[in-house]
Amino acid sequence: MAQSPKKPAKSKKASSAKSAQSDAEFVLHSLQDAHEKSPRYDASEEEMMQFYEQMLLIRRFEEKAGQLYGLGLIGGFCHLYIGQEAVAIGLQSALDNDRDSVITGYRDHGHMLAYGIDPNVIMAELTGRQAGISKGKGGSMHMFSTEHKFYGGHGIVGAQVSLGGGLALAHKYKDDGGLCLAYFGDGAANQGQVYETFNMASLWQLPIVFVIENNGYAMGTAVKRSSAETEFHRRGTAFRIPGMDVNGMDVLEVRNAAEIAFKHVRENGGPVLIECNTYRYRGHSMSDPAKYRSREEVQEKRDHHDPIEGLKKALIDGGKSEADLKAIDKAIRARVAEAADFSESSPEPEPQELYTDVLVENY
Amino acid sequence: MAVELKMPALSPTMEEGTLAKWLKQEGDLVQPGDIIAEIETDKATMEFEAIDEGTLGKIMVEEGTENIAVGTVIAMLMGEGEEADDVPAPAAAAEENATSDPAPGEGKDVGRDEPGGISVPEKPQSQPKSDPTIPEGTSFTSTSVREALRDGMAEEMRRDDRVFVMGEEVAEYQGAYKVTQGLLDEFGPKRVIDTPITEYGFAGIGTGAAMGGLRPIVEFMTFNFAMQAIDHIINSAAKTNYMSGGQMRCPVVFRGPNGAASRVGAQHSQNYGPWYASVPGLVVIAPYDAADAKGLMKAAIRSEDPVVFLENELVYGRSFDVPDLDDHVLPIGKARIMREGSDVTIVSYSIGVGLSLEAADELAGQGIDAEVIDLRTLRPLDTQTILDSLAKTNRLVIAEEGWPVCSIASEVIAVCMEQGFDHLDAPVLRVCNEDVPLPYAANLEKIALIDAPRIVEAVKKVCYKD
Repeated sequence: MAQSPKKPAKSKKASSAKSAQSDAEFVLHSLQDAHEKSPRYDASEEEMMQFYEQMLLIRRFEEKAGQLYGLGLIGGFCHLYIGQEAVAIGLQSALDNDRDSVITGYRDHGHMLAYGIDPNVIMAELTGRQAGISKGKGGSMHMFSTEHKFYGGHGIVGAQVSLGGGLALAHKYKDDGGLCLAYFGDGAANQGQVYETFNMASLWQLPIVFVIENNGYAMGTAVKRSSAETEFHRRGTAFRIPGMDVNGMDVLEVRNAAEIAFKHVRENGGPVLIECNTYRYRGHSMSDPAKYRSREEVQEKRDHHDPIEGLKKALIDGGKSEADLKAIDKAIRARVAEAADFSESSPEPEPQELYTDVLVENY
Repeated sequence: MAVELKMPALSPTMEEGTLAKWLKQEGDLVQPGDIIAEIETDKATMEFEAIDEGTLGKIMVEEGTENIAVGTVIAMLMGEGEEADDVPAPAAAAEENATSDPAPGEGKDVGRDEPGGISVPEKPQSQPKSDPTIPEGTSFTSTSVREALRDGMAEEMRRDDRVFVMGEEVAEYQGAYKVTQGLLDEFGPKRVIDTPITEYGFAGIGTGAAMGGLRPIVEFMTFNFAMQAIDHIINSAAKTNYMSGGQMRCPVVFRGPNGAASRVGAQHSQNYGPWYASVPGLVVIAPYDAADAKGLMKAAIRSEDPVVFLENELVYGRSFDVPDLDDHVLPIGKARIMREGSDVTIVSYSIGVGLSLEAADELAGQGIDAEVIDLRTLRPLDTQTILDSLAKTNRLVIAEEGWPVCSIASEVIAVCMEQGFDHLDAPVLRVCNEDVPLPYAANLEKIALIDAPRIVEAVKKVCYKD
């Protein structure tokens, strides 16, 4: 847009090899330094309980979705977020929901639940019912809530990154103070349009936080088999985008990174790239042969890095009783069971819905 | 309470599978997330995870059993204080949600092949609006198509500050084909944005900005380069309103020159009208003259829907009368009768309209009175105007500067066959470019592209005058 990016005044080409230090405004590493200095968000007990409940809701919701899929009530593609809960909760809990927007790919149930959107309408979308948030016409991968500034729910790997760039451009154009949080995976990180967007976002200083949810596998292809640079937080370097390397299995670390990144974007305007290192316990989608990784690897993550168990331990160490937490789990299970019942008993869309919403206007 | 564990499906098409292995045994304590069993089909293996906590009760299907229907109860999970024997074991038969179809294997498209067939609801029809009447005494100014497009954009930018233009060379260079000339001076760099050469990326950014509440006009230097961006035009812009149940609007205009230019070779010479016109969720406009270019550009920018606006480089410099009105907006989806006639109908759009008018003049000299229709909008297609004209003339030719296969011409022919058959006195003919990549050599290019003599020839054929 109008302003040019912050650049050193001197021509770059003319000077010879130049260290990062000589480029005073090149803040590539400063956010990571700040994060490493104090990597965990100092959450109040109330906040920790909230994170716990939200992550557990995602976990139980997704388990139920997997079950309904197995029963044939959910069709098509269904990508579960189990294991990655800390990423959406850590980041979205730091948003200013009056201003900021969120966009993601097809593994989107958790990001919707993180907004507190009614589990009934999400589950009913999964079962393809009229009461679903997209009237049953979107399905698992295509859910939106413009009311919450949640812009989907996109099925083409990487498309949400440039669409997110557009949302950020709209924030800047309208000068509404908002930022866009654009999630994508380690697989999408190899798409060309991601770098086209990095370039324009940095060139135009768009208020956007790119989040790579690195769960280790693009479908069944491990990152080291697909990516020449597996340290994804470095991938903004060529575009002068500061990167952050974050433990995505710890909600407090993610939240901490969000605080630093959002502050930087709001104060400086330009983009930030966060890599959240996480892990999905389930297959890429429901029909996953699970032949590309060992059961031991999955079990190790579950046993030693689970974001919910980790927070649970912190809560118990902080004085919460096991019984209290069990009661929360019970209530969440009941809530999810209600959503499942709702999604099974709601009617399918009326046949006439076939023709609605193709175009907005009549011509 | 005891929970029935049922044979799960790995995919919507799976009907049965093999219980490869039990990883828990009767009496084992099971936590949510524990893997109880492994299920296999010929395509994949799935780990069957526990959702609920409990003790594994009776195992009803032994490991190694093949062809177990989806939904069959394979084991019971006991809650606290329950014993396996307390719970009556259900019959080992498949549950009601399992298929009763005995045919083995996958491949059945569940939910589609209903025995009685599916009744498709009636598709709602809409009636396109007519052009507004131009008040008597209105003056006209001869304006080039290039200027008319720019004027249309500028007027809308003055009217609505959400409207902005982005694309390659649209600002400081004043437009690669000078369509955006002067816009930077009037509206400044915030609203007239030069992009890097990165069509996929900026088409996505434009689409996202529309989703975020702005009214972007995304210029492609030519539509040939929009092939790099077609994913966003179709998958992101056209489908999102539908996929979101009507929540997500995407009021973006993708515009630029389309079709063959002059001696620029195969990669820079292609008509994408049929491509975009085949996509539900898009509006596709391809005007010919300056007044239509301006009026439809304004309508496109105001539309709540994503619009593909196809211009033509060879027409940019031609001048036509444009009414001197403060707000000349034309209806989308309405064809225009450019020349009335009674013997035969020539349907065309974009640059083909000029050739058709030229052909009509020639035909008039030979005693054939041709009606010429400019479709103006390719989607939604104004079939009524075509059919009304056909009912009058009983003969029809389509002239299209583009390939013949799967073209707008093919579509118009289908419409005539389906809805106008009784009015036809001759087969409908199409006059299209030759079915080859456009050659560079001047003589070959000339042979490959449509021209007025070929339209004349086709018209004489349907009039049985050849």
